[in-house]
Formats: sequence, structure tokens, C-alpha cells
Amino acid sequence: MEKLSFTMKATSAAAGTRDRAIVGVVGSGNLEVLIERRLPADICRIDVATAAHGFAAVWEAVIEDFVTRRPAGGLHISINDGGARPDMVSLRLAQGVRLLEERES
Amino acid sequence: MTSANSWYEAGARQRVAALLDPGSFVEFIGPEQREISPHLAIFDLPEQFDDGMIVGRGNIKARPLLIAAQEGRFMGGAFGEVHGAKLTGLLRAARALGQDVLILFDTGGVRLQEANAGELAIAEIMRALVEARMAGVKVIGLIGGRAGCYGGGGLIAGCCSALIVSEQGRISVSGPEVIETNKGVEEFDSRDRALVWRTMGGKHRYLIGGADAFVDDDVPAFRDAAFLALAGKGRLDIDILEAEQQRLERRLHRFGKAHDAVDIWKELGVSKPAEIPGLATNDFLSRSTDKRETANDAR
Repeated sequence: MEKLSFTMKATSAAAGTRDRAIVGVVGSGNLEVLIERRLPADICRIDVATAAHGFAAVWEAVIEDFVTRRPAGGLHISINDGGARPDMVSLRLAQGVRLLEERES
Repeated sequence: MTSANSWYEAGARQRVAALLDPGSFVEFIGPEQREISPHLAIFDLPEQFDDGMIVGRGNIKARPLLIAAQEGRFMGGAFGEVHGAKLTGLLRAARALGQDVLILFDTGGVRLQEANAGELAIAEIMRALVEARMAGVKVIGLIGGRAGCYGGGGLIAGCCSALIVSEQGRISVSGPEVIETNKGVEEFDSRDRALVWRTMGGKHRYLIGGADAFVDDDVPAFRDAAFLALAGKGRLDIDILEAEQQRLERRLHRFGKAHDAVDIWKELGVSKPAEIPGLATNDFLSRSTDKRETANDAR
């Protein structure tokens, strides 16, 4: 397992009121994304555990893109990766922040 | 038939959310607690925060219950130490609280990387399940997932008060590949999908009394069947077990020489048995009325 950690300056705070969300499963070409709202509103931290070694630069690019395009401030995101492609990672991250915005019942 | 709410296609969390009354699910030991497998890291394998087992409580049509769901896409829904312990704990809680349990099976059996812990987990779950049932709790299994219900999962399913299955659901102990590996392709060709479904699939299990309800591959259909099953008796005592033992002996005597499931269906008196695999749910249910074997609440 390769473990990576990125702490980014976030442009805007995450929307919604939920404290956490989870999307995806750890399977071939898929990943699990656990999102917890527990950091200062201008920070986003992403911890990755991945079975595919040597892709730190790709992860950094995908995460930078995510933090720039989505409201991710205040989020601690933990990822268990089963070898997902970058587009799948982007999709799961987007689904995760969207879930945080869902109305609480 | 594919449904917009396919049970087979859904993940464990989607199944739980769609099965229960909206907003009623409360998870125990959720992924944020990171109660992960202590074994997978040794093999440098990816972990999942819920270890592929979701447990909690919720309601169906305002009736409170406990629920467990396996994620068949994580390591084939296999039982490891933590995965199993979560279900054991839920069943013990069910006994203490006197609350019924739904188990959404989706498993290939024990996780080979944690074999001993996984085998022990199966034994502990079966003990907790039987103890809960002896105390009057109903434990209902729902089977219709990608991984089916194999290995130790098949043993646990056999201990349940009732099983609800869809055509896609498969219930067995040894899986097709295991049988072929041990006994040869002449005994069982695991690549023959029609053979696999005819021998282990939902329709066959329903016909021989190995499952109590047969439903479409559709989450609302599972929900309605679960609600009905919760209203059932679920008694477990020595009389029930002896009656079930006798039924199984009769079944072995009657069908033990059959070479194919179709022979069994014919012997049961099902008309045009070769058509069974192709029938839609309603046609299948009407064709099997008064023909199928029924279990004596044990199995």
C-alpha cells in the first residue's frame, strides 16, 4: 500500500450541513471516499491509501483540480483505493461533496 | 427482467437505504470509526473502513428492526474477523433487545487471508443466531446479490427463520469453481451458467424449500417480502428441528438419485419443468403453487 497525504488551501467552504459522507467501495478500478467535516473552513486534507504505487503526481493533479473546482474547505477526506482511474476518483470526490449537501432527514 | 431498483446492481448501502423507511437507518460502528481488518495490511491488501459489513437499526413500515448488509463488491463480501464480529454483535444485541434481524447476504464465504478468524466468525455468528432464535427473535435472510450466498454464508443462511431470494440469488456451500476444482468438470462445469443457476439459483431453492419467498430482482419487492416474513412465526424448538430433519431425510430419499435440477422439478410435479428457468416471476410462482416443498421453519 502506498500512503499519500495532501493538505490544500481551499477556495470555499464545503456546502450543506451533514458532518460526513461515504461513497464507493474498495474493488478493482473503484475506491472508497470517506468525507468528514472537521477542519478549519479554508483547509482540505486528503489521505490516500492506494494499491497502485508510483502515481503520487497523478493523485496530486486530480486533488488540486477537485479543491479548485468544488467547495471542499473544512473537509478531511480519507480514500481507500483499489486502483481506480483518475476520472473515477474525480467522480467519487464530486459525489461525496454532493452527498454532504443532501438535506438531513 | 431489470428493474430501476435492481437489488443485484445495488451496493450494500443503497440496499439498506431503499429497504428501510427513509431516514430511519442508524449505523452502528460506522466507517468513520475505522474499525478495519487487522489482517489485510499484512498481505498489503486494500482495506475498507466498514470491512464490508454494515450493521445498524431502522424501520420497515414503522416496525423497528436490526439490519446487517454485506458489500459483495469488497473482497467478494467475504467474512473476516471484523466483518464477522459486527454481525455476531448485532445478533447478540437482537437477543438482548428482543428485536428481529434482517441479514442482506452477498458473500463468497470466508476471506482466505483471515481464514481462521473468518471460520471462527462463522461459528460465532451461527451460535448467536440460534441463541437469538431460541429466545424468539426472527432472523430473515435476503439473497439476490452479485456474490450470491456461499461458503459459511450458506451455513448461516441455513440457520435463519426465513429466506427471501430472487432469481439472481444463489445459495450453496461449495461454489461452482470449488466443486469443479475438487471433483472435476464432469461433476460440475462452473462455466455452464445455466447449470449453476438451475442447481443453486433462487428458483430451485424456492422449489425445494430452501427459500421461503421468491421475488423479482427489485428492492421494493424485497421490502414487501421482508415485511411479510417479519409477521411470520419463526419458532425454533426441538419439535421444529426434528420435523425439519425428517423432511430433509425424505427429500434425500426422494431426489437423491436425480442428476439434474430439472429431474427434481419433474418429480415435484411441476408442469413442463424444462421451461422453469425462462419463466417470469408471476408465471413461475403460479406454476409452482402447491408443488414446491415447504420448510418447517428450520430449513
